[in-house]
Amino acid sequence: MLKVLDSAVPVACWACSVAHNESTLFCPDCSKIQPPSSGDYFSVFGLAPRLNIDLSALEQEFHRLSRRLHPDRFARASENEKEWSLADTALLNDAYRTLKDPLRRTEYLLKLEGATTTLLQSQEKIRNQEKIQNQEKSSRAPTDLLEEVFDLNMQLEEMRRSKELGQEDPELKESLQQSKGKLQGLVEAVDLDLRAQWAIWDAGDAAARRPALHAMVALLDRRRYLSNLVRDVTEILGD
Amino acid sequence: MTETERAVVVGIDLGTTNSLVAYMEGDRPVVIPGVDGSNLVPSVVALDPVALDPMSAAGGRPTVTVGNSARKALIETPERVIYSVKRLMGRDLEEVRTELKFFPFRLAADIEAGEVPRIQLGELRFTPPEISAYVLRQLKRNAERFFGAPVKQAVITVPAYFNDAQRQATKDAGRMAGLDVLRLVNEPTAAALAYGLDRAKAGTIAVYDFGGGTFDISILKLCDGIFEVQSTNGDTHLGGDDIDNLLLAIALDEIHAEHGVDLRAHPGAVQALRKAAIDAKIKLSTEQAAQFDIELPNGDRYQREIPRADFELLIEPVLARTAAPCKQAMADASITPEQIDEVVLVGGSTRIPAVRALVGDLFRLRARGKKPHNELNPDEVVALGAAVQAGILAGASKTTDDMLLLDVTPLSLGIEALGGTVARIIQRNSTIPASATEHFTTGVDGQTNVAIHVLQGERELAADCRSLARFDLKGIPPMAAGLPRIEVRFLIDADGILQVSAREQRSGKASQIEVKPTYGLTDEQVENMILDSFDHAEEDFLKRLLIEARNEADTILAAVGRAPQNPAWNELSAEEQAAIAVARDRLILVKEGSDLNAISQAMVALDKATRHFAELMMDAAVSSAIRGKTMNEAGKEVDEAVTAPHAMAPAEFK
Repeated sequence: MLKVLDSAVPVACWACSVAHNESTLFCPDCSKIQPPSSGDYFSVFGLAPRLNIDLSALEQEFHRLSRRLHPDRFARASENEKEWSLADTALLNDAYRTLKDPLRRTEYLLKLEGATTTLLQSQEKIRNQEKIQNQEKSSRAPTDLLEEVFDLNMQLEEMRRSKELGQEDPELKESLQQSKGKLQGLVEAVDLDLRAQWAIWDAGDAAARRPALHAMVALLDRRRYLSNLVRDVTEILGD
Repeated sequence: MTETERAVVVGIDLGTTNSLVAYMEGDRPVVIPGVDGSNLVPSVVALDPVALDPMSAAGGRPTVTVGNSARKALIETPERVIYSVKRLMGRDLEEVRTELKFFPFRLAADIEAGEVPRIQLGELRFTPPEISAYVLRQLKRNAERFFGAPVKQAVITVPAYFNDAQRQATKDAGRMAGLDVLRLVNEPTAAALAYGLDRAKAGTIAVYDFGGGTFDISILKLCDGIFEVQSTNGDTHLGGDDIDNLLLAIALDEIHAEHGVDLRAHPGAVQALRKAAIDAKIKLSTEQAAQFDIELPNGDRYQREIPRADFELLIEPVLARTAAPCKQAMADASITPEQIDEVVLVGGSTRIPAVRALVGDLFRLRARGKKPHNELNPDEVVALGAAVQAGILAGASKTTDDMLLLDVTPLSLGIEALGGTVARIIQRNSTIPASATEHFTTGVDGQTNVAIHVLQGERELAADCRSLARFDLKGIPPMAAGLPRIEVRFLIDADGILQVSAREQRSGKASQIEVKPTYGLTDEQVENMILDSFDHAEEDFLKRLLIEARNEADTILAAVGRAPQNPAWNELSAEEQAAIAVARDRLILVKEGSDLNAISQAMVALDKATRHFAELMMDAAVSSAIRGKTMNEAGKEVDEAVTAPHAMAPAEFK
């Protein structure tokens, strides 16, 4: 589990011994590469934990840091520096991959805040050698969709059966197409709601943040459920 | 020797059929030719007739020849020759068994499960990395002869779709050859680097790499010298071989139906017919038709014209198989064909006009008035790119200073969970280096080790993925079940190779957990397989070059000495025979001296003089094989569905 960095602890640079207070991948005094900090993904980019991010600035910063940190730049450096370059670049890449994607970014922030979605709960569950839990799929349908999901699953089953027999019912196909469109609409609606919650979180009001977290957990679960359905329908329709 | 000379890092394309070495000459990459003047070194290794000469300079090591001269040995001593070993790299016993059905090589008899398989060659046995090491050593020697200085560091390319074990095996081979492998680079990415040198500063490019045995597609974003791979996909069993097989199958069927001769019973004849099929395929890239004209055992002739239109119809299903990986790569990169600015063609199979047409359609190039790029020789472009990456690592050139390659892992990494399912921990197309941290605990009181099964692949079930390794976490402090909290960190490094480290958090005994992978060669084994220990003695470098040149001269002279016994010798004109004698005597004379250049030149001259003879010998072997006198005993195990590439594929194309 990632800890949020306690930035009050000073760290001394291995090369020039100057102590610095921030989590940094380079010594602010002598510019030498430092061992990976225990900072979160946002701090890698010098960002506060926020959900609205300027993606093109993020990419630029990713490129700038890559140029300085990448193992290619340390092919002739000391063994220690090589190792730190590898670890730092892995951290940078993991951070960029997580932050550039709106859903991964939201999930990551929720994790930092200790709020977990169904998926995260199952990922965090310590894997027991004897009884490793099968990764739980968030299989519970949102209550407002129960009836529709039931009908859709029936149709999917019917489509599967007729496909096995080598037949295709155009009416059924049409109906599934419509369902797919509707589901995609619902996903878009969830995304809009998520963005609204992002704004509340980013505004920084402590009292408002708690309910925003809970809302985002629920929205992510709902989105995952809907995406899985869209995937199933797309699969059966083929392309 | 100056400091800059010593710092040279070469780029190597270690190919299935051919290998090349290149370097940065100032600000442009250049291929280094071999002693025979050819840029391509066929990836063929032959064990010399007297392999273990204790008095030889190799000090008890087997003596081998590599490249074009080894191809000649394929006819004289086929049981001592191996080719296409890239297909066996990093494979386990079962996989090698399957693969070997299509090759005339044999596994050593006494291999146990879990061991790295060894191939029997004459009276000796070799692991695939050892064979590759001989090819690498030849490239290293070519470079050293070229520079007149030792070469110790290299960048080696691998197919983008190579898994962890295949990458590790390639790195091991480098070490055995006395090379410090600074980086493994994916072949399509290397090609992009070669093209990116003088191209526009920003844009999205796709690299379509269709070689002899593998297909790779990579999509990259270029931005101010940063080459950021967005996605990669491919098929490790799809290439020009599949096209050869189709032509071969048709010829075999027709010969059987029209002439009542079943050549499938004669493996030597099948291989010879394959050579004819390859020749026809190559001709069809430039001509509207190609011909089979072959004398059969019963005296009949099999004559057949293949119009290009028929050929294109025939190979369409093979080419179509490259479409799905391309579409998946575009989907993974979240882009449409219209967003791809340039397409680069790599690999010999992209010479086929129908392949170019397919690429034009797949990426909607024609509709946009664009053409795929093929300005750089598709056989050389990967090696050139490897040289660019070598330049980046060496930090030696202004041109490469601003360039940086950010590649991705082609396959998802997962660990086996309960019920044989896979819990994915690093997704495919993640930029490398990439890492993931997982937590494990014990299930029994006092348990001191935990086994983790790591897999690579996209399927849901462990059984459908490639098993990478079982890691044993040992030395866990004994505690009640479920109490230890073992943090395991999986890190894919810049070579695409997995590193695993573990620590127990509850007791804080961080360094006590031992992580032991259960595949590939151990460090000690690799150490024992290092080819030339005296490679490290720099002061003797020129002496060494001289010894190597003399050894090489002896090998060539021995082969030339045997030539008059070959029936093909009589087909040479008197002038040709005389020219060979002159070149031979010249080499005998200069090899006793210590002028390295004179020896090299004499070898080149002798090689040129004997070239026509070598061709005649090949042709004679091919036709005698088709007439039923099987070319070799070793070919007997080749079964009907031969899909292996043929070592006699022409090394160079026009």
